Amino acid sequence: MSPLGKLLSDTRPAAPHAPWRRALAGDATWQAAIGELCTGHLALLGLWGERQAVHMALLDEAHSEIAVLTHECPSGTYPSVALHHAPAIRLERAIRDLFGLEPDGAPDRRPWLDHGTWPLSRPLGAHPRAEIGRQDYAFLAAEGEGLHQIPVGPVHAGIIEPGHFRFNVNGETVVRLEARLGYVHKGIEGLMAGADLARAALLAGRVSGDSTVAYSIAYARAVEAALSAAVPERAHWLRALCAELERIANHLGDIGAICNDASFALMQAHCSALREDVLRAAGACFGHRLMQGCVVPGGMATDIAPEGLALLRRLRAEVAARLPDLTELYDTTTSLQDRTVGTGILSPALARAFAAGGFVGRASGRAFDARRAVAYAPYDRLSFEVPVLDAGDVDARVLLRFREVEQSLSLIAQLLDGMPEGPSRAGLPAGEGPAEGMALVEGFRGDVLAWLRIGADGRIARCHLRDPSWFQWPLLEAAIEGNIVADFPLCNKSFNCSYSGHDL
Amino acid sequence: MIRLLARNLFGPPLTEQPPAADDAAGREIAAALQRASRRHLGHSLAIRHVDAGSCNGCELEIHALGNPYYDLERYGLRFVASPRHADLLLVTGPVTHNMAEALHRTYTAMPGPKWVVAAGTCALDGGCFAGSYAVLGGVSALLPVDLHVAGCPPAPLDLLRGLLAVMERPRKATIA
Ligand code: SF4
Repeated sequence: MSPLGKLLSDTRPAAPHAPWRRALAGDATWQAAIGELCTGHLALLGLWGERQAVHMALLDEAHSEIAVLTHECPSGTYPSVALHHAPAIRLERAIRDLFGLEPDGAPDRRPWLDHGTWPLSRPLGAHPRAEIGRQDYAFLAAEGEGLHQIPVGPVHAGIIEPGHFRFNVNGETVVRLEARLGYVHKGIEGLMAGADLARAALLAGRVSGDSTVAYSIAYARAVEAALSAAVPERAHWLRALCAELERIANHLGDIGAICNDASFALMQAHCSALREDVLRAAGACFGHRLMQGCVVPGGMATDIAPEGLALLRRLRAEVAARLPDLTELYDTTTSLQDRTVGTGILSPALARAFAAGGFVGRASGRAFDARRAVAYAPYDRLSFEVPVLDAGDVDARVLLRFREVEQSLSLIAQLLDGMPEGPSRAGLPAGEGPAEGMALVEGFRGDVLAWLRIGADGRIARCHLRDPSWFQWPLLEAAIEGNIVADFPLCNKSFNCSYSGHDL
Repeated sequence: MIRLLARNLFGPPLTEQPPAADDAAGREIAAALQRASRRHLGHSLAIRHVDAGSCNGCELEIHALGNPYYDLERYGLRFVASPRHADLLLVTGPVTHNMAEALHRTYTAMPGPKWVVAAGTCALDGGCFAGSYAVLGGVSALLPVDLHVAGCPPAPLDLLRGLLAVMERPRKATIA
């Protein structure tokens, strides 16, 4: 029996939950699950709270199985996962800040999202309290002769999202980096609770603007799973078209920006122009440059513009024609390679332990891609490769993006050729009583998890959206260790974690 | 690289003309922007951007201003790293409680005269995030806003238009 099957064998199923099981776990099963996380048989997909329960999503990569374990917390506590499995640390801190649930034995009890500025603390919990105000935040220490600290942020020197980085350095070398995030926490999960399906879709599409398509698909699929709604085939294909355009646009933007951080502006100029071509085509086809609001539960908000398929064919050809030159430019510019090769190495062991998704994981040997592992429509019908490298450095993360753009171009060709006719949206069936749904969707940055419960009134009772960045941010801290401070922007950009997606 | 450079050298530029023959609006914006920023500041316009809680969609479009199609810098507009060098504060996102202090400090660090442009639906009034326990509201809940650029996110050309409009307004007498 698979490790996940064994875990679930002596559990009670919780509420109706699709497409994977959710089971109530006692202490023993919960601990057994933590044990499997430590051995690496299972990967942590997510950990989130609600008023009186904590949910843990687990992935069995070898068998492509997924399940959710729920630990009920009538007394407000649950056994800490982070005590044994570090990737859960920040998730537990976030649960504590939002719901007031205490992880028993937690290794890190500092707040995370709560900076002491909200009117309430534990705003989503059973017992919100008046905020106690801003407290000093104790950064992790580094000791040794000649060490000094460099505080950076939350406002950075470019057009980027806010977050604080605390460097402990010895001369030029980074001894320890610790990030402090939560600055752009908007309380999205609080706004979701009680929202109707349309408003929740709007919010889901604005968790991380660069991944608006991926989030919208994840949310829509979770709603559709909960309501057992059938979605027209054409909608799946159009969604994938949007998703691949989003991936290409972001990868191009990233490649350019990474090279720019190594002072190689030529690549940035080319990539940003190509990215603009993609966004303009997306705007012409779907009515919005970033394709915000295009994917809705039940299908697509609107079908593709009549001339859209032809336009995308031209765009695809254009990008495909220009990509080899850019790849070559990257490969043959030694001054650029000098900066990227061997810089910011993330070890495959760490990538695996944190179940890092996207290019961060795949550039460090973790061959996980939700399009392949979950094989949701229409990817079960398309042929594509999941490129994997194992050097784990900035160079590998750049090269992987090039490879993924090639794959996306091939997918777009298949999508354009095989685009089914018919409607692109179907009405949603009215749910009968509470229903829960879940989805895992591959965004450009990695797998986005959506979990939700629709109440008897047809509104969202609880919705949790987990950005891939949760498992990538901590790895950036490991990757930068021993590198020089000047290489941080380069490393950071090569990870390109989302602040907003993480802070929610 | 030689091939790419050669092609760039001999191929047509991507940068869209303002001076583009078919884009009267764009050309007008460019010229007026230049005039206005010179009139008010006697030099080009330095912009400091702060994300006060955005979803990062607005940032993507602000970034696009730098691509060869829009090429923001040819108008004398440029993004600067320090608020001390900035004439204009471009704010995106709803202002979260967690970002309010940093935003305010950035504004205070800017020398006068200074402008504040709030970009995007969120920056107007919190947008779809208004009413959250974690959100203070739009930018004007904290800072005097000279202009709001609508859109979710505003398209690059709308951002340019917005910057122009703020430069052309009669200047407030105060030098903060
Ligand atoms: S206006 Fe739209 S794109 Fe901009 S931050 Fe708000 S939700 Fe994101």
